[in-house]
Amino acid sequence: MSVLSANWTAFFYLVAAVCFILALKGLSSPGTARRGNLIGAGGAVLAVVTAFLSEDMDHVLAILVAIAIGCAIGVPAARRVAMTQMPQLVALFNGVGGAAAALVAALELQHGRSFGWTDYLPGSQGHALLGAPGGIASAAGAFTVLVGCISFSGSCVTFAKLQELMTTRPVTIRGGQYLFGGSLLVSVALSIVIVVQGRTDIPDAWLLAVLALFSLVAGVLFVLPVGGADVPIVISLLNAFTGLTVAASGYVLNNTLLLVAGTLVGASGTILTRLMASAMGRSVTSILFGAFRPSTAVL
Amino acid sequence: MDGMTMLALFVLAAFVGFEVVSKVSTTLHTPLMSGANAIHGVILVGAILVTGQTTSWFGTTLGLLAVVLATVNMVGGFVVTDRMLEMFKGRSSGRPGGGAR
Repeated sequence: MSVLSANWTAFFYLVAAVCFILALKGLSSPGTARRGNLIGAGGAVLAVVTAFLSEDMDHVLAILVAIAIGCAIGVPAARRVAMTQMPQLVALFNGVGGAAAALVAALELQHGRSFGWTDYLPGSQGHALLGAPGGIASAAGAFTVLVGCISFSGSCVTFAKLQELMTTRPVTIRGGQYLFGGSLLVSVALSIVIVVQGRTDIPDAWLLAVLALFSLVAGVLFVLPVGGADVPIVISLLNAFTGLTVAASGYVLNNTLLLVAGTLVGASGTILTRLMASAMGRSVTSILFGAFRPSTAVL
Repeated sequence: MDGMTMLALFVLAAFVGFEVVSKVSTTLHTPLMSGANAIHGVILVGAILVTGQTTSWFGTTLGLLAVVLATVNMVGGFVVTDRMLEMFKGRSSGRPGGGAR
């Protein structure tokens, strides 16, 4: 028996969502930025406590241990990092968030706990589709795996660039754009297969794994051609991507808080990416694909 | 929840997201990015809910991995944002009347 009723759960999720809006609002002006961040952290704690109390759960102890491990990794990393190395740490945090979203969506598609969409699909007659995620939920799930993996591997490459583990200059492989396009195309094709399968059955696990693999490759190829000075803008873009994946996983899980918080980050991250690019006098497309132009020196 | 209600929430949240950061000052770009990054760490909620329902050991392992990763994202994100802003405060306190304090 869960402690919180569905209504109270929804109410606390709403409060947490309002905290996130106030956090973003506060963070956009110097006087209120720090308070805004604290409000955001408060909203996050409320959300996590609410999640624990909202449902009957197994493995509670293991989850608490996992959270403790996450804190033990995250807090010292954030505390000890040098000021100049903060952007790459943010990139890394963003990447693991994307990976977490991909894992969550893949797991949810596999065991189908609560597919809220099933009842609303056209053609779902009674129990015919029960236990299947349904077309829209599988589409959202496949999107989460695809973009979450791109965000993860892309963020790892930006980390390597900023940490100078690899060259900060644009890396262009011969035919790199075709490889990128190809891996993206394969990922989209696999997603379509997952959606088709998801309409009537639980999608195969190996399909999700192969999708993740191709998306990881696409993420690496996406970020490689970007030069060192432009990397922060790509981090911001990947941040917006991860926001959207969290929103999509909110669809899959039928969870309003994930949907709202993810959409907020996706939307504000997109605007922020454009603002950052225009502050540098560049356009986002020239940053991402400029290295493929003939005028740029190829390694 | 009804699919259309979810869609409505998505669209309205997108407008709020666009609106709320449209006037951010240039110096705050990086902290705002970091703060937004911490907010999407709320995927931890999803990771907890999914892991709490897993039955196979493989699923549970993946779920716990997601919990660890999401916690790193969320907790680390908020801490690093706070440190960035602390740095700002130190810089602006040299100016008379600067900052909110």
